Amino acid sequence: MSISIQSITKTFGAYTALENVSLEVPDGSLTALLGPSGSGKTTLLRIVAGLEFADPGPGKIAFHGEDVGDIPAGRRGVGFVFQHYALFRHMTVAQNIAFGLSVLPRAARPQKSEIRDRVMELLKLVKLEGLDQRRPHELSGGQRQRVALARALAIRPKVLLLDEPFGALDAQVRKDLRRWLRQFHDEIGLTTLFVTHDQEEALELSDQVVVMRNARIEQVGEPQTVYDNPRSPFVYEFLGNVNKLHAGQDVRYVRPHEIDVLFAAEFDPATDSLARVQHLFSAGPIATLTVKLGDGQFLDVELSRKQLDELGLSVGDEVAVRPAVMA
Amino acid sequence: MSYRPVTTESAPVRLFLIACAVLVLALFLLLPLAAVFAEAFRKGWEVFLASLHEEAALSAIKLTLIAAGVSVPLNTLFGVSAAWLVTKFRFKGRSLLVSLIDLPFAVSPVIAGLVWVMLFGAKGWFPQSAMADAFAPAAHLAASLAEYQGFGWLFSDLAVWLADPKIIFALPGIVIATTFVTFPFVARELIPLMETQGSDQEEAAVTLGARGWHVFFRVTLPNIKWGLLYGVLLCNARAMGEFGAVSVVSGHIRGETNTLPLHVEVLYNEYQFSAAFACATLLAFLALVTLSLKTAVEYFSGHDASGKH
Repeated sequence: MSISIQSITKTFGAYTALENVSLEVPDGSLTALLGPSGSGKTTLLRIVAGLEFADPGPGKIAFHGEDVGDIPAGRRGVGFVFQHYALFRHMTVAQNIAFGLSVLPRAARPQKSEIRDRVMELLKLVKLEGLDQRRPHELSGGQRQRVALARALAIRPKVLLLDEPFGALDAQVRKDLRRWLRQFHDEIGLTTLFVTHDQEEALELSDQVVVMRNARIEQVGEPQTVYDNPRSPFVYEFLGNVNKLHAGQDVRYVRPHEIDVLFAAEFDPATDSLARVQHLFSAGPIATLTVKLGDGQFLDVELSRKQLDELGLSVGDEVAVRPAVMA
Repeated sequence: MSYRPVTTESAPVRLFLIACAVLVLALFLLLPLAAVFAEAFRKGWEVFLASLHEEAALSAIKLTLIAAGVSVPLNTLFGVSAAWLVTKFRFKGRSLLVSLIDLPFAVSPVIAGLVWVMLFGAKGWFPQSAMADAFAPAAHLAASLAEYQGFGWLFSDLAVWLADPKIIFALPGIVIATTFVTFPFVARELIPLMETQGSDQEEAAVTLGARGWHVFFRVTLPNIKWGLLYGVLLCNARAMGEFGAVSVVSGHIRGETNTLPLHVEVLYNEYQFSAAFACATLLAFLALVTLSLKTAVEYFSGHDASGKH
């Protein structure tokens, strides 16, 4: 089910959290709301969920064309996964997952046995079979997150909303879960909107990235497009490492991997600059080199280990740097 | 040569500090408690039991139980509502409300009692005579309802009271004063607890389709149950032990408006030391029961909280 957000503004007193924000989330897509803290991304997610309400005005939120602005959160059909999961800590995993079904009005509430079957089915879906009688505090962070996901899915939501889904996890679990979530999304095909401040996460995971800054949307597009064609210096800097080079009044942005390093003997005045190696870091497959240009500016360069070995560089050596020709 | 942790003092210093602590404990806490029981039993079991069986004593116990029985449930309700309101919602005047909740703790109990005398006393804003006039139609209605067979008895006492609405120097005044003085206990206990818990779980319940009462009974209440119990316990202990405010509104009518603490004082002033201390043992016993229940609550809540995250 597609989500359509039109001209939403949200203020908290004198503070503007969202300013005239419009966004289309296509049916079945996995969309990332990416931005630094305070950019309004979580507020936007909460407005979609119905946990906050946009300021009165022309703004509109529609699921599959149907205006949901006046529908309370509980009847909007959204699955919401909170940053710290917000599991009910006095309930077992099974009771947590069954909650949404057990609070339905009596007429709509499934039989006990049906609820149990649904819980088991969801536990299997999130790969937590056998943990149904555990309490939240007996689970690891990654397991808790999947319980929260199963709980949100139990009500068969029309859209899935995730607030910083990996924010509270350590690096390794984060990576695994990220991959798992992508796969999971492809299996169930539910329109999903998630908030993150981690550009790598957003680029790797999503079909569509929405870069936000200061209550506004800076750019929307496929990860590759946004990365390769940033519309503003902010997006350039926010998505991955970048060198900012001043040349008089102008500022040029060059990504560290878009620079070739050559022996000083190969220096070509037409394209290259001479520079001196200041720092070398080569633990890992990618080596990072910091060089100092003739005008005193520093430049970060990323090379493969193999290239670095072939150059046989050490700190203090002179090299020629050349902007790599982009396809 | 032996080493000791940097934060540990030498043996003599340690002994001295421990001795000080034990001395203070014995002198200020254990000695008075022991004295209460020693005095109570000085003239033997018979005098002790007789002092508790006496009519005025029984009436005082009954009155104390009624006052606590009304004020504790009321304050539980008030406390939970107040804590829920100020922790789960943000609104103008919120911090003023939080301070107001503490008002009964801030004023002297004597003032807390006098306020009600000034409001409902003979020379107060709403004296008994004026209220009798105001309640006359209600009294009439209650009186006619009392005529009915079956349920009429429910209204007979009410009719009598409405015809002659006595608040000061009577049970209603004692209940009001007790409720006022013990108002903050439950709210005070719950507000910090609910503040740290935040609203995440309630919001989660809302997105899952839970309506107001479901959110409260199935999510909020289970999360605060130990804090609530703790607050109720303290509230009860104070309600039964309250002296100052109740003393002002009660009028000390023996066998009628004396609560247990007031009864102890009356007996003491009449030089009936053994009887006074016998009644005091009941209050001391109440304190001990409260303490052990409090410890139990702490133990269980600690057990629960160990799995907080």
